[in-house]
Parts: sequence; C-alpha cells; structure tokens
Amino acid sequence: MQIETILNNQRVTWQIAPDEMLADTLRAYGLLSVKQGCDTSCCGLCTVWIDGKPTLSCSTLAYRVKGKEVTTIEGVQSEAAEFARVLVAEGAEQCGFCSPGFIMTVLAMKHELKNPTEEEIIHYLTGNLCRCTGYLGQLRAIKKYLGVD
Amino acid sequence: MKLVGKGIAKIDGLAIATGKPAYTDDLAAANALVIKILRSPHAFARIKAIDTAEAEKLAGVACILTHRDVPQVRFTLAGQSYPEPSPYDRLILDELVRYVGDEVAIIAAVNEKVALKAMGLIKVEYEVLEAVLDFEKATEHPSIVHPEEDLFCNFDTGLIKEKNIASSQTLELGDLEAEFQQCDVVVEETYYTQAQAHCMMETYRAYSYLDPLGRLVVVSSTQIPFHVRRQLARALQIPASRIRVIKPRIGGGFGGKQTTVAEIFPAIVTLKTGLPAKIIYDRKETFTSSSSRHAMRIKVRLGADQAGTIRAIDIDALSDTGAYGEHASTVVSLVGEKTLPLYNKTKALRFVAQAVYTNKMNGGALRGFGATQGTFAMESTVNKLADALKMDPSEIRLKNLIQAGETCLSYQGKLLGSSSLNRCIERGKELIGWQEKYPRKDLGQKVRAVGMAVTMQGSGIAEIDTASAEIRLNDAGSYHLLIGSTDMGTGSDTILAQMAAEVLATSLENIIVHAADTDVSPYDPGSYASSTTYVTGMAVVKAAEDLRKKILLNGARFLESSSEEVAFDGKTIKTLAGTKAITLEKLAYLSLLGAGNCQLVGHASHGSNVSPPPFIAGFAEVEVDKETGQVDLVNYVAMVDCGTVINPNLARIQVEGGVVQGIGMALFEDVRYDQKGNLLTNSFMQYKIPCRQDIGNILVGFEESYEPTGPFGAKSIGEVVINTPAPAIAHAVYNAVGVRLTKLPITPEKVFMAMTNPTDF
Amino acid sequence: MFTIDHLVQPQTIEEAYQILNEHTSNTILGGCAYLRLGSKKIRTAIDLANLHLDYIQEHPATIEIGAMATFRDLETHPALKNHFNGIIPHSVSSIIGVQFRNIVTVGATVYSKYGFSDLLTALLALDTEVKLHQGGSMTLADFLKKPYPKDILTAISIQKNNCKAIYQDLRNSKSDFPILNTAVSCLDNQWRIVVGARPLKAEIASKASRELSDKAVIRAEDVKNAARGAAEELSFGTNLRGTAAYRRAMCSILVSRAITEVLACR
Repeated sequence: MQIETILNNQRVTWQIAPDEMLADTLRAYGLLSVKQGCDTSCCGLCTVWIDGKPTLSCSTLAYRVKGKEVTTIEGVQSEAAEFARVLVAEGAEQCGFCSPGFIMTVLAMKHELKNPTEEEIIHYLTGNLCRCTGYLGQLRAIKKYLGVD
Repeated sequence: MKLVGKGIAKIDGLAIATGKPAYTDDLAAANALVIKILRSPHAFARIKAIDTAEAEKLAGVACILTHRDVPQVRFTLAGQSYPEPSPYDRLILDELVRYVGDEVAIIAAVNEKVALKAMGLIKVEYEVLEAVLDFEKATEHPSIVHPEEDLFCNFDTGLIKEKNIASSQTLELGDLEAEFQQCDVVVEETYYTQAQAHCMMETYRAYSYLDPLGRLVVVSSTQIPFHVRRQLARALQIPASRIRVIKPRIGGGFGGKQTTVAEIFPAIVTLKTGLPAKIIYDRKETFTSSSSRHAMRIKVRLGADQAGTIRAIDIDALSDTGAYGEHASTVVSLVGEKTLPLYNKTKALRFVAQAVYTNKMNGGALRGFGATQGTFAMESTVNKLADALKMDPSEIRLKNLIQAGETCLSYQGKLLGSSSLNRCIERGKELIGWQEKYPRKDLGQKVRAVGMAVTMQGSGIAEIDTASAEIRLNDAGSYHLLIGSTDMGTGSDTILAQMAAEVLATSLENIIVHAADTDVSPYDPGSYASSTTYVTGMAVVKAAEDLRKKILLNGARFLESSSEEVAFDGKTIKTLAGTKAITLEKLAYLSLLGAGNCQLVGHASHGSNVSPPPFIAGFAEVEVDKETGQVDLVNYVAMVDCGTVINPNLARIQVEGGVVQGIGMALFEDVRYDQKGNLLTNSFMQYKIPCRQDIGNILVGFEESYEPTGPFGAKSIGEVVINTPAPAIAHAVYNAVGVRLTKLPITPEKVFMAMTNPTDF
Repeated sequence: MFTIDHLVQPQTIEEAYQILNEHTSNTILGGCAYLRLGSKKIRTAIDLANLHLDYIQEHPATIEIGAMATFRDLETHPALKNHFNGIIPHSVSSIIGVQFRNIVTVGATVYSKYGFSDLLTALLALDTEVKLHQGGSMTLADFLKKPYPKDILTAISIQKNNCKAIYQDLRNSKSDFPILNTAVSCLDNQWRIVVGARPLKAEIASKASRELSDKAVIRAEDVKNAARGAAEELSFGTNLRGTAAYRRAMCSILVSRAITEVLACR
C-alpha cells in the first residue's frame, strides 16, 4: 500500500504493508531515534506525535497516518536539545534509550498544559517508563525547564 | 580538585538524549539476516526428532540450525574472569531442553516475517520429562536437570549433579552453638526473596558480520566484551584472535548484560553463512529467556546479649539457579559475604549456602548480586532482634556495626579501610524525622510509620578482576583515553575522563574517550561487580600519572633540563626557574617528528587485593491502609558512603535509580511461573516495574569517607543502592500494622491477609 | 504475530458492516493497542477513520460518544468533567499513559467487554446505552450480559441527569490494571453499585443496590450492609493481581467507601 504523510514537515510517500506498525516504518526510513521497549503498548519509548499528539508508534498501524503529520525527535531537534541540555545537566538521561520518547512526551506536555503542577507533570508522564534514573532527576529537569517551583 | 567532585554532564548525554543513532540496532546493516529462535514449550524435555526440511525450503531462509549443527563443547555464559567459577553446563543448542523458552533451533532469514513463517514449519517431537520446579525440593527430585557426562566446573564449588546441586559452601568460624547458648536473646526467621527481572529498556541484541579479512565482528549491547570474545571462541571452537567484539552505547544493563545472552546466535549464523546477521530479543523473550535475580530462601538466626551486642550469626541460604548455573556459586556466597562483616562484634558465625538447578529460566547477575537477598534477610532479622530487645533499631546498629580500622571474623585479619556508616545513620534519622516518627502515627483509615536498614556491597572483585587503561597524547595535544569498561548509561566513561583530566590538569573536552572494542581497548573484565570507578578508575589514575611523568621527562628533554627541574600545569611544561617553556601542543608534535622520538603513552593495569565496601543507611516512611493493606511509600532517605564522590550528579542518579529498583523489588516486581513452568510475568503489563507515581519522595545524601585504596578516595556506588528498600519498607510496614512480611514483594493482599490471619504468617 | 492481509477505510458504516460480514476473520480496528498481543490472522481489517466517529457531543438530554473517541478525549472533554462528578475522566485517567490513552478507543473497549476495564465499570453506574449498527440501541447492562452477532458499535450515549457517581479502585502499582474497581451512583435515591476487575467484567450488584435504594435514611450500618451484600452476591476470581478471597474482602471496603463518598456529594 502507498500512503502520503507529512513527516517532520516534509511530505513523504511510503510503501507499507497493511500490518506494518508506524515505529517499524519510521526506523526503516532512517529515523533511528524511535526505540521500542515492549510489545504490550506500555513503555512509552516509541512515542512520536501524530498531528501533535503524543502517540505510541509501536501500536499505530502505519496506514493510519495517511494524510497526517508525524513528528519524531529528529523533527524538533532544537527544542529537544534545549530540554535535553537541562536533562543532561541533572545526569537524568542515563542510558538514553528511553530519552527520545520521553522528551517527545515532555515537549507535548509543554504545548498542551499551561503551568502544570508537579502532580500534573508526573501524571502526564506516567506512560514513559525508565529503569535507570528512578524518575526524580527527570522531574527536577522538567521543573527547571518549565520554571515550576 | 578541579574536575573530581564536580557534577559534570555525561560526555555522550546530549547525543543519546536527542536520539542520535548510537545503539546496536542503529548500527546494524540494513541487509543483515534476521534471526529468530524456536524455543521450548516444555520445562524439561528431550528432543526426539526435529524436522527442518519444510522450513528450509521457504524462500528467504538463509539457515536453520539445530543441536546437530553446533560444537559439542560445554561452556558457561557467566561474565566472569577466566577461569570462571560457574559450571560449564551449556551447549549452543542441546538435545535436552531445560526450561520453557530454552533454545531449540536458530532460524536466519531475510526478514522477520520469513523467519517466523519458517519457525512455524519446523516440526519437533519431544519426550516430555518430569520438571523440577520447586527449588526447595530440587535435591530430592527424581529428575536430574544436568545428567550429561561432560558437565564441568573449573573449581570445586560443591557441584553434585545427581542431587541437582550446582554449588554448595559452608563457612563456620567460632563455636556457634556455644555462643548461642550464652545469648540472652535469640531470634530466627525464614525469608523468601523473589526472582527479579532486570528490565533494562534496551532488550538483548547483537549484530555480527565478517570483516574483509574474514574475522568475526560482533557488535553487542554487552557489559562484558572481553568475556564475550572468550566465550564465543570456546562455544564456536574458533581462536579468540579471529573475533572482535564492539560495545556501542548500551540501553541499560543492571547485570543482565553481564551474561552473554544473544551474541552466540548471530555469530554462529555469520560463521555458517558468511552473511551479516542480527538478533533483537523482544520484551517477551527478554523476560522468558535471559536471566533473572536468583530467587532464594534464607534462614537467619541471631543471638545477642541483653545489652544488644550481637554475638552469633547463623545464615542458611538456598538459591534457585534455574536451568543453568551462571553466577550460581558467587551470587549465593554474597548473601553472607556482604552481610556478615557488618556486625563485627560476633564471636561465632556460620554461613551455609547452596544453589540448586531447577527447570526454570536460569538466574544470573543482577545489581546487588546476592547482597540484596542477604540484606533483606539479615536486616529484617536485626529489626526483629531490636524489637525483642526493646531497643531502637538504629541504636542496635550503632552499637554493633564495624568501624574503619576494625576487622571482623570473616575478614580474617584484614582491616576495613573506610566507613562513615554511623554518620549515615545519624544524618538519615534527622532527614526522615526518626525521633518524631518512629515507630508510627495513626491517621485513622491509614497509619504512617518508618523503618530502616543498612547495607554494604563491594568495590570490584578482590584478587581477581584486573583492569587496564591507556592514555595517548595525540599529535595536536589532545588525549585519547582507551578503556575496556562498559558505560551502560551510568556515566562511567565520563567519570573516568574526569579522573584522567584531573591528573593531567586538563579540561574534559581535551580527552577523547574510547570504549570498548576488543581490537582496540586494553583489557577490562567489564563493568560489573561495582568495579568501574574503583578498579578501572585506579588503572586510569595510574595511566594518567604514567603519562604525566613521561610528559615531564620529555618536556624536560626538549628544554634541556631534568624532569625534576620542570613543572607541568596542563598546558605548558616550564622550568622551575621559569626561564624556559614548551607548550603541550608543541611537545606533542615534536614527539612525533624525526628519529629517536616516540608518542607519549601512559599505560597501567590495576587489580586490588581488597574490595572496600560502600555503605548505605536507608529509611522508609510508608502509609499503610488498614482496611486494604495497600502500602504507599511516602518518603525514602538514602544516606550513602561511597568514599569520595567523583561526580555528585551522576552518583545521585545512581542512588535514586537503584533505590527505585529496590522499591520495585519490595512492592511490585515478582517473576512468577505456573504449575508447568511457564512464565506468567512475561511483559511490562504483567511484570510491573515502578512508574513515576509509585515512588514518593526520595532524599539522597552523601557522607563522604576516604578510601585509601581507591582513586581519589572513591569506592563504588552502582549496586549498594538497591539493597535497603526491601528491608526498610518491610520494617516500616511492621511498625505500621504489626505484621512482619517475610516473602517479597509486599503486596496489599499479603499485608491484608497477614493482618487478618496473623497466625498464617 | 498478528497479520493483516488487507486494510480498508470504508466511506459509510453500511459498507464497513458489509465487509465485516464477508469473512469470519474480518475485523473492525479500534485503537490497536492490544493488536500486537495476539496472533490474529485478519483477512480484511476495517478502519473506521473516515466515518467521523471520533466525537463527544453534548445534547440536551444525553452525552454521545462516538466509537472512535479516545480515552484521552474522555479525560479532557469539558462535558464529561462537568457531569457525574467527573467519574468518566476519573475512571480512565490512571490507565498506562497519555500516549496510550491517545490511541485507545471507547468503541473497542466497550465492544470487547474487557474484564479489567475501568471505563465499563464507570459507564455501568450511569444510564448508558450502546448503539450497534445492526443490533440497534440497548442498555450497556444488556449488552454486557448477552452475546450478540458480529456488529459495529458506533457510539455510546449517556443519559444526562443529576446522578452522583463515584469511582474507586485498588491498584498495586499506580499504572497497573486494577485489582478491583467499583463505581457507585445515586439518582433520586436509586442506588447502583457496580464492581469490575473481579477479574470478570463489570457487573451491577443488583440486590445490594435495591436494598440500599429501599432505605429512606441511610445510616452507617446500611452502608456496611450494602457493601457486604455486594461482596456476597457477586462472584470473584483469582489471577496474578489477587485471589478471589482478597477481592471479595476488598469489594466490601471499596463499595463502602464509594457509597460514603456519594453520600458526601449530596
């Protein structure tokens, strides 16, 4: 099957299989930031934006982004780096394998929630698992980045 | 100090956080064959027949391998220095399959779909055998998990295959029963610690190809590239010199990648086909077919006098090593090794340990090794003893804990180099508010309470692991630091660069770190056993000092002085009189010009004859729902003695991450099997690691000590951090609702049932 | 591993229905969050993306939710926040994470009748109707009770009224499936006690609900009796998250707490 989509602000045409998942399409297309950590839709590593909304690319059929806008961290490098610098200053990227999906969720939250409280931040990011950091350094980085007390 | 002690960001941090391709699968060639493994559906069975003919006919299948196609030489996958103390009990594929998920056939095809389709076409006939599933009954079971004649161990670790015993050991010092006789109070308890899964976010994976000279190159997400090379050589029966192992960035390890899990499969496929091949374990395979923390039963008996001095300790540990014996003897030995020295006023002790084979996934290394299991049992018993003596649990520890400069029975005269554990306890009590909160406060429906535990680990493996480091002065005055340790996200590459930069008085940007590639890196066992800061760190310091000496010597030569008459400030070599100077850049390029010169290279190896323990005092504050048994962790305080803190930011994250992994073990995580040996917890849906709403506030503090044998006074931090949450939380739950939970994890149901039927617990 | 041979996006619901019934393995796609967990061999997968079913509409008497509305839509929609004490957003907000709730759909969740569902428990405490393309409208309770021929769930509709409703659950890890959940509602002294994740699918404790509704004045003792009654009349099972005995005990506790909370709302 052939679909057209807007990938990181560029119009692209993909040949895909009907049962192909977006995460696989993206990696095959060279967007290697997209990682997968589970097979059960619950780790958040593969998070990308579809029409601006954070979405599990591992569980989205590639066909479903036909005519939609897909954004990976490769498409928002300067905004991502801005936050990543704060994250890295806390040492809270650690192994980094969950970072791209995590950062995509943090940036989506920044766009979606105005002045989130600590509780709202934790709630919004609950779907992003991390085994290295224990989450606290990530929270410190987000609060610094967003200017939350 | 300019760089040591500073919270410097990781040198690779920004790149990996923003998604730059750096991990194994990011580097694999697009045309690599995809490997899938056909796995045993039975816990114990003999393969009677295996028919791959139909599968091999499928277009796109490159090769299918069964037990008939592999070398008949047994090996171990444990990441340990040679000669390993783990039994050589594996073949790449065996006629006997020993757990649900054990490998039956290797399938390589042009893509995943074809590989899976081929897998479905393989016909296997099994003779199903009676499986050994209950580890407490393994020694008396009629089935023998490893009946093979060629089962072998490099050391006598007490392996008795007929009784399914993979290892056994006994340590007895002093007259135990006589001491117990004299004790005013004796307490005893039996504990069960569950298997735990590592759950690093990047699952197991490896990619291999032949280089132009026909050598096998394996790119792997591993903590142990040099051990992998050695194991591949034995398993594949080719010389190690024909193998190169490269470790790129790793998406977490936690000891899981201290066992060689996936590397052999692409390696054998590449050797058989000549083609590049890769294997990516999915999460289910990672849960079912790698390794987990060894589940254990630990009995502890403690005796003390009325004043609270602990006089006798008796520990009996039984470990479930599963189908294979990776790390079987060493993990269970740490149950005693990392608990007995803590309470050094003892006059007698006994430590009996046994690891048994069962038909479940093998155990392996996991952060904390056996110390985690031992700490839960020992510290829970110390808390019980304090209760029996009506002593504050912090007081009994302050009274009994080993101090710097002291020894203990099991140290046999060796002295403890450093400890600030007593200060950690004092400070931790202040931070948690022990005075006001101990033991409990009733809030109506809920009750709040505090609990505590202390722990120690080691720093590297004494008298065994030796690391090397090399530092080159490059032509333009920068340095190349070559190491074989394996930063798995911890930031060890960064802290080693900090140490080198400190000695060479240069900036971090001026040091290029290269790790790890067995063709390039100096030898290092790998990053495990809390070794990298302490052992590799010391090798780096020595190598940097070696290079510094050479810079002075050669600088002096160009300045026509002696090395005693010159000084090096990191940028310039000057005579002490200040009359002559040469910049490092100039020295660097002059060293590479003309006859009689040589590139300046510092080199050193380091091994230690001690493994100095880092310490932690952990304090938990929980809220328990009296009606449901639900435990919410409200606050956790971890006060840490890791000697000198090389990088406070990275050290803090190590503590926070490890404490949360410990909280997972205390409250949520549980590897569970059904009656037939099928793993029930094979996904993040069924095996719950803590999410960010589960952890409460975690306060981390450091009470620095100075370890005389460590680099800049440092000890380790990576493992000790996971040990205190389970006993401290169990203690807090006891203080809250009066039930002593001895089986991990502490689920709401267990708390509720214990409150409802106290006699059953 | 699941497979899909063909994927279609029909232009009308009737067309979708036709395709669905062309072959037994033809399947309507929901959010696809659980697609990879199974090994379904689907001949034609039918995506309802072109049918504009991703709506939440507030009408004078009802709130109608299209089958393709996501859990995140439920969580953030003002009408659902403002009605029934926000029980709908409350019941779904703990599920995994935002990126998961952005794909999971109402239609697939209700149609699949998942035992662990948090949403079904909450919906069952309200006057909820299910709209099937072929089967027409029916109450959610009826839909859950009976098997229906293969159909397409197009929407659910919730009666707007002054019903007070409270959702309670017990989870070990906060992002885990519930060990047990309950929703209790009260409209004009008519009580409804629903218990789900038993781990069987959500069910109304009819007897306990009726007995509580019969009381002119509700005393603490009545709350206890209703909670105990619900625990007695419903059945419970054992899975990884808890035993039947524990679930039964927790049913009393959660129901009692939920009733108390509803009483406090009035």
